[in-house]
Order: sequence, then C-alpha cells, then structure tokens
Amino acid sequence: MISRRDFLQVSMAASALVGASGAGNWARLAAQQRLTQDRLLEFDSFGNVTLIHITDIHAQLKPVWFREPSVNLGVGESRGRVPHVTGADFRRLYGIEDGSPSAYALTHDDFSALAREYGRVGGLDRVASVVNAIRAERPGALLLDGGDTWHGSYTCLRTAGQDMVNAMNALGPDAMTFHWEFTLGSERVREIVGGLPFAALGQNIFDAEWDEPSGDFSDYAMFERGGARIAVIGQAFPYMPIANPGWMFPEYSFGIREERMQQLVDEVRGLGADLVVLLSHNGFDTDRKLAGRVRGIDVILSGHTHDALPEPVLAGETVIVASGSNGKFVSRVDLDVRDGRMMGFRHKLIPVFADVIAPDAAMSALIDEQRAPYRDALEEVIGQSESLLYRRGNFNGTWDDLICEALMSEREADIALSPGVRWGPSILPGQDITREDIFNVTSMTYGKAYRTEMTGEFIHVILEDVGDNLFNPDPYYQQGGDMVRVGGLGYRIDITKPQGRRISDLTLLRTGEAIEAAKTYVVAGWASVNEATEGPQIWDVVENHIRRRGSVSVAPNTSVEVVGA
Amino acid sequence: MQFTRRDTLALGLGAAALAGMPSAVLASVEDEIADFTGGAEIADGGVTLDAPEIAENGNTVPISVSAPGAVAIRIVATGNPSPKVATINFGPLAASPSAALRIRLAKTQDILAIARMADGSFRRAAATVKVTIGGCGG
Repeated sequence: MISRRDFLQVSMAASALVGASGAGNWARLAAQQRLTQDRLLEFDSFGNVTLIHITDIHAQLKPVWFREPSVNLGVGESRGRVPHVTGADFRRLYGIEDGSPSAYALTHDDFSALAREYGRVGGLDRVASVVNAIRAERPGALLLDGGDTWHGSYTCLRTAGQDMVNAMNALGPDAMTFHWEFTLGSERVREIVGGLPFAALGQNIFDAEWDEPSGDFSDYAMFERGGARIAVIGQAFPYMPIANPGWMFPEYSFGIREERMQQLVDEVRGLGADLVVLLSHNGFDTDRKLAGRVRGIDVILSGHTHDALPEPVLAGETVIVASGSNGKFVSRVDLDVRDGRMMGFRHKLIPVFADVIAPDAAMSALIDEQRAPYRDALEEVIGQSESLLYRRGNFNGTWDDLICEALMSEREADIALSPGVRWGPSILPGQDITREDIFNVTSMTYGKAYRTEMTGEFIHVILEDVGDNLFNPDPYYQQGGDMVRVGGLGYRIDITKPQGRRISDLTLLRTGEAIEAAKTYVVAGWASVNEATEGPQIWDVVENHIRRRGSVSVAPNTSVEVVGA
Repeated sequence: MQFTRRDTLALGLGAAALAGMPSAVLASVEDEIADFTGGAEIADGGVTLDAPEIAENGNTVPISVSAPGAVAIRIVATGNPSPKVATINFGPLAASPSAALRIRLAKTQDILAIARMADGSFRRAAATVKVTIGGCGG
C-alpha cells in the first residue's frame, strides 16, 4: 500500500516530475465551516495545459445520492493497493477525517447520516458550473469524457441516448471514448457519432470482419494548447462483446491491443506531441498494468471501474487519474509541458456537492427540456424504502438484494441472478422510490427478465466464470464489473484460488440444503447477453414488487462468505 | 451471462467431453510438437504471437504470428480436443514469415506458435486466451 508520504516521495524521485494534489484540503475546509463553491474549485493554476476529466456519468443529469463501496478487493499486484482500499483504510491513507465532506464523498461509513448533512452530489448543471469556472480561468482547458455517458436513466433509454447527447454537446467536450454507448446498437451509435461536434476516439475499436481499425472512430486527436502539442489517444472498453451483448454491435471488435497502443504513442510522438494523454475506459488495474508496459504515455484518464481517487497514482512516469462516476466528481489536472515533455502536474478531484455548487442556468434549462415530456412517468412514486439502497460492492448491494427478491417473488424462482454492474445511485432510508429511481438502477436495452432452469453444476460454472472476470490476478483478463449478485443462494468464495476452485458450499437458502450438481433449479435473472431472451422488463418486475410491498426494507446480506481478502 | 437451455446443454456437453480425455489431449499436444521438432530443443523468443487476452467469440478467434527468419511455423491449441491447428511453410519467395488466421477454441487455454528457423533450430511463443461465457460488465 502506498501511503501519502510514499506518494510524495515517489513524485519527487521521478526526475523532474513534481506532483501535487488539492484533495487533502477538504477536511480542513469542513472543519473551518467553509465548504463553499469557491473553496471547492480553488486551484493554484499551474503550468500551461489543463485537462478536465469526467467519466461514467451513466446519464445522471440530476443530482443523486451515491454511496461508494465498502468492499473492493484487489488481487495479484493490486492486492491492498488503491483503488482497492475502502472505508477507514481509505480515510487513513489520504488523511481524511471521519464525518468530513471527503469522508462522505469518498467512503461508505455513516453514509445515510452524512448524506443528510452534505446533500446530493452531481447533476450535469453543477458539472457545467465547474467546467465553466475552470475554462474561465484556463480558456484552453481540454474537457475529456471517458464514456458510459449515453446510458443509465429513464430519459436516456426512452430517447436512445439523445438527452445525454444534447446535454453533453452543450457542455462541449473535446473528445470522448465509449462502452455502454454501444448497447444502443451499432446503427444508432454511428448515427450519433456521425454528428458529434467533438472527437470520437477508440484505438481498439476494430472492424470485426477485417480485423483492422474501424473507420467510424479515430485513434487519437491532436490539440495545440499553451504552446504545447497534446495527443489524446482513446481506448474504448476492451471487452464489450463479452460483457455486453455483442449481437447489438456485431460489426465491431475491441480488445486491449497493447502493441497497437505503443505504435500509436510512438506515432504521435513522431508527429511532435509534447504530451500524450490516454482517455481510457480500460478500468483502473488494466490501466496501471498498461502504463507499466507501454512507454511514453504521460497521463491516463482512467474510467470504467468507477474509482474516485483524491490523488493520482504514479506508474513509472505515467500519472493515472480516476474520476469516479455518476457525475459525482470532476478531475482537474494542470500540467507543465515544456521541451517535448511533462515536467510536473497539479491535480484536484473536485467533488460536485450539489447544494454547494450553483447550477449553471443554461444547462438546468436544457436538462428540464429533456425531462419535460417524461415528467409524470419519472416522478410517479412507486413505494418507500425504510433502509439504505445502494449498489456498489464486490459481492452485493442492497439495491441488488431488492432486485433479486423481486425476481424470485414476481417470477416464482428458487434463485435469482443480477448482473454485477457498478452504476446506479442510492436511496436514503425513508425516501420515496420513484419510477426514475428504479430505472436509474435497471435501465438498459437488454433488460428482459428471463426465467429458466439450470443445473447446480451450471450455476457453479457461472459463478466461477464471473469470479474470474473479477479476481483473475492478471488485470488484462478482468472485465471490470463486480460479482454477479445472487438471491436465494449462498456460497463461499476464496478469491486467491484459480478459476474452477474459488467457489464452494453453494446453498439453497430457502431450504438450507446444499446445491446438487445434477439437480435442476428455477432461476430468474436479467441482462442476459443472449439474443431473443424472453420475459418482462426488469424495471416492470421491480416496480410491481415494490408497489405490492408498499414499503421495502433490506436486511444485511450474509449469504456470501469471502475468504482470502 | 448466457442462460438459455440450449447453451446450458452445449456447455455441459463440452465440459463432459473434455473431462473424459485430458491424458489423451496432453499426449497429442506433445505429439504435435514432437512431430514438428523431431524432439529438438525449443528456445523462447524470436516469435511474435498476437492473440486477444479474452476471446470475443471462442468459435472464431483472430490470431497472428510472425517469426523473422522462419521457414515454417506450427500453431498448436493446447486445450482443444484436437490440438492441431496449422503448419505454415514459407518458401524462399515468401515476403515475410508471418500469417494471420482465425481459430476455434473449446475453452481457456494456451496457444503455442513454434517456428523452424532456416538453420534448423526451433523457437516458440505462447499466449493464454480466455474463453468465457461473458455478461455482467460494469
């Protein structure tokens, strides 16, 4: 584990590279009761280049609650290292006081109480205020969107991403890369990308038939700012057709394509790039490995795994910045770029406290316009929650426990499976659950809730397969999601074992009996990557369940025993 | 994740078929190598094998191989029921000893590329390709 002191020493040891981060300030600011917009945005300008990074917004136009994970385990070389540090360990690592705004923004403890104190986070109109303030100070600042932007809400699903496209076009990024966008289907993606007023990047987006770079996206974009030439290379999510339904975008192939990345870094350096930035949707561990193997990348703006880090991580001389998700954070990175190289940086992870940062009026109006046709449907109250509903965590979250409960009850199944996605805001105890809230944790273009029979052996195979996507010690073999959530089923997982030997003690919770390999069980789930999956939409299943219950409460889930953490 | 009954059955059968023949498969991997090298020593390096870390579709996995100075390259899929994939011979008029092809992989396994060099020595490269049932991306 790298402590703050180690981090500073590392930055100084890296030749002329000098780094600093403004995150430690928040705790002091809170202690002084001075949590204001000016203080949140305060930044001692540095160097001649500014990058603004936002990623994994998942179509959250309005402020939300978002609880960070309590369980985020790393394996192999990532064991115990950020971003696999949570709760009190995280606060200790970064010198964050308990109960402070930083503790609320970055860790899970006392979430419900702190949420009432500090309010919601995000909202694209607040993000716009942050971006505008940085641009006012640094007119040439590059705004880079790491993707997972056109997915994740009721209005985004109903408009096939158009609400987000309209809002983001108004915000005006300079470049973007992609993941869930492809689940709109390749035709829709090409339609939107063809009209984007900024660069659509992905060096790893290939034509599946010819196995050569797709002409629909660019590998990189070159910018001139502050007398420096900046190359921004894009990296889309490498495992799109595996983690998401490939039949929706059969023309495209992805992958990490590390050798090509090196060729492109060399190419842009040859074209005179003074600074090479990778706008990545690889996920943090994959980016850290890549930084150690591809020479010449100065900054990686890392997305996909939804990690929010108050200080960048240094891998060799590459600075890796992770900017969270759901519109909760914006990262600002100022860089001193001279004589064809990065000489130093200053960084701040800006938490978008929705009650502290004033909304940008033009963006607020634009957001209201996108939502107006759907207002009644969005705001309809379906029920109430007596307990905190959240999603993040390697093995379970209360939102998914509720979704699994809905699947088992509404579809009369022994066992429920819910995908280990990391998007979806939280609901506080006592809060109404609206239709919008349900769509925020379920909306997708392949949301049908199937009901099928599976043998115990096959259930075991699924858990082992998904477990390896998460706990393979080589990040290049991970897919960046969390473990598939289970309802009605208990199991034990040893995260240090290889695939095929991690999962044991499968138990049918209803009877307390061991799952038998040859026996058949009725399983309900959603988000199958198979074409022609049949069943009602998951949001209807969840809505019916909550409506029937009126008020829901989710007890702590103790059905997964984790070993080797 | 994939959950249709048909896929369940297909996967179950595949697993059963493989479970029944591990020793036979191992023997044939060794046979495949020995058949090509005649039992000679194989050195690492000098061969570039490019394969995806995780196959998007195990039924058609694009790989490419090159080995400057090679006269022949044999490709072996160590985890397939029939590990023999291809042997590519490069004549004196071949522009460069490289090839790209698509192969079918039954499960997660190592792919071997063994090159016979002009001087009769052998070199190799290996790559692990994961074949997964997928789903559940964050």
